[in-house]
Amino acid sequence: MSTRSPVPQVTSHPARPRPAAPQPTGHGVQLAEISQAGDRTFRFLAGGSGVLIIALVAFVGIFLLALALPSLLQDRDNFLFSRSWTVVGDELRFGIAGLLWTTVLSSVVAMIIAVPVAIGVALFLTQYLPRRFSGPLSFVIDLLAAVPSIIFGLWGLTVLGPFLRPVGLWVSGHLGFIPLFRAEIDPSSSVFVASVVLAIMILPIITAISRDVFTQTPRDQIEAALALGATRWEVIRSAVLPYGRSGVVSASMLGLGRALGETVAVLIILSQAAPGSAFTPSIFAGGETFASKIANNASEFDTPSKTGAFIAAGLVLFVVTFVVNALARIVATRGTARS
Amino acid sequence: MAKRIDVSNVDIYYGAFHAVQDVSMTVEPRTVTAFIGPSGCGKSTLLRTLNRMHEVIPGAHVKGRVQLDGTDLYGAGVDPVAVRRVVGMVFQRPNPFPSMSIYDNVAAGLRLNGVKNKGVLNEAVERSLVAANLWNEVKDRLGKAGIGLSGGQQQRLCIARAIAVEPQVLLMDEPCSALDPISTLAIEDLIGELKEQFTVVIVTHNMQQAARVSDQTAFFNLAAQGKPGKLIEIGSTETIFSNPTQKATEDYITGRFG
Ligand SMILES: Nc1ncnc2c1ncn2[C@@H]1O[C@H](COP(=O)(O)OP(=O)(O)OP(=O)(O)O)[C@@H](O)[C@H]1O
Ligand SMILES: [Mg+2]
Repeated sequence: MSTRSPVPQVTSHPARPRPAAPQPTGHGVQLAEISQAGDRTFRFLAGGSGVLIIALVAFVGIFLLALALPSLLQDRDNFLFSRSWTVVGDELRFGIAGLLWTTVLSSVVAMIIAVPVAIGVALFLTQYLPRRFSGPLSFVIDLLAAVPSIIFGLWGLTVLGPFLRPVGLWVSGHLGFIPLFRAEIDPSSSVFVASVVLAIMILPIITAISRDVFTQTPRDQIEAALALGATRWEVIRSAVLPYGRSGVVSASMLGLGRALGETVAVLIILSQAAPGSAFTPSIFAGGETFASKIANNASEFDTPSKTGAFIAAGLVLFVVTFVVNALARIVATRGTARS
Repeated sequence: MAKRIDVSNVDIYYGAFHAVQDVSMTVEPRTVTAFIGPSGCGKSTLLRTLNRMHEVIPGAHVKGRVQLDGTDLYGAGVDPVAVRRVVGMVFQRPNPFPSMSIYDNVAAGLRLNGVKNKGVLNEAVERSLVAANLWNEVKDRLGKAGIGLSGGQQQRLCIARAIAVEPQVLLMDEPCSALDPISTLAIEDLIGELKEQFTVVIVTHNMQQAARVSDQTAFFNLAAQGKPGKLIEIGSTETIFSNPTQKATEDYITGRFG
């Protein structure tokens, strides 16, 4: 900078004044700030609700942890790897290994059954069936979601269980050398039947959401595929499924969340394994899930240490559901983030 | 391999709405035919009946005959999927497949036709992108998403996708409406090259473009909103632009329309 033309000394930088009301700036053109009261209100409300929800979740978590911690500290067994559950008396011995396995196994098997069926039904409803039939059929599927889970439980126990018995016997008879299919108990009250009932219970939600995203496939993408000479299935593969992918993943995760936490139906159907029996990974065995175990014992929460043990199990369910949802979010956004 | 198109007494409907009335025309192989006319007169609608895309809209149907080298496209036993594999189409709005890379977009049609050979695909992708005047811009990022391109680039990608399968007829619905003048000229050059092999039908609102690229021009008009569009006049582009027989045509071309 030249020294011969000194720059006027700037002594202070007053903050740029904010005009209170729109004022003409220049030759009568209004460029002053537009009122953002609406924006501000909305930002406040949205931010506030977000914080509230996070606070609620954190609060529930902390509350559960506080109740569970004393029992966890007294636990003589390894909480994560033990299968025993002795919570009466002064010596606490409990672990969640068995519960975790049954919970995850039944939900995963339910997903393996429900997701392909739901996608197939949603595709059939939106891509193949004429509108005048797809409406009523969608309605019937939505009705399934309104059936109370106790009804599903009773139905699973009295109708579906006996009905699936030959299927279970056949599978364990032929594939029983694989531990997953080994025959342990009468298949009509096994994890297998519980999974099928869970699959039926989560089918409506997955179908409904998938159906909605499939119908939203942009017309021009469908036409792009058609114009290349795509058959109906090729249109689905190149336009409908890629568009609906993240929606289907989210829908499946909602369903999985429901399956993991389902209580009454599982409680009614599953026969409990005898205490102290050896661990079996089989789907043709009984067992207890987190939710069914807690519900089954909720009436006998008489000591804080006993209650704490069950709450600790509930916490694990909470974490598992949370992790599943987080994973789903990552999977769902990965497809769209690239573009 | 270019094909001749014969349209005879075609009426086109959207449900109960009669959109295009009684059109007959012939498009010779290896020529470019331009459809011109005011908005809403049924140019896109007629174009979409030439590859049986019209009927994918619920309730839409066609009466009359459209023949490709003597075969009625609407005859019994004709598979619309097979029709669309020989009559390709470029849409008014660019519509690349969002989940596919640039390469996969161009290769999509070939893959539908069962082409798996990597070498054949590579060769076809490069040839089509060069022809669509897009190769130099994308050759280093063929693996990137197709919708990451600009609007004009996307349209050229769609053109590349349509010509990659070497259709015998190429239908283009205002392919240049999203393009800058340079790309527009490139596309017009491309159309000039395409007609060596293909039959081309193009819808355009740009009179100069119609005059530059087409051998034959068809002028459509409609009496009033809600009335069906009609073919007013068809003839060699030279005649239509210099010496039209109908007053409406002359008014439209000289901009005294409406
Ligand atoms: N999907 C549809 N359903 C019902 N009517 C339609 C549909 N598409 C077009 N039409 C009607 O058919 C008539 C012809 O439309 P078309 O799109 O063929 O016009 P166009 O000549 O291509 O116009 P533009 O130059 O604006 O593209 C119009 O009256 C329009 O409203
Ligand atoms: Mg149009």
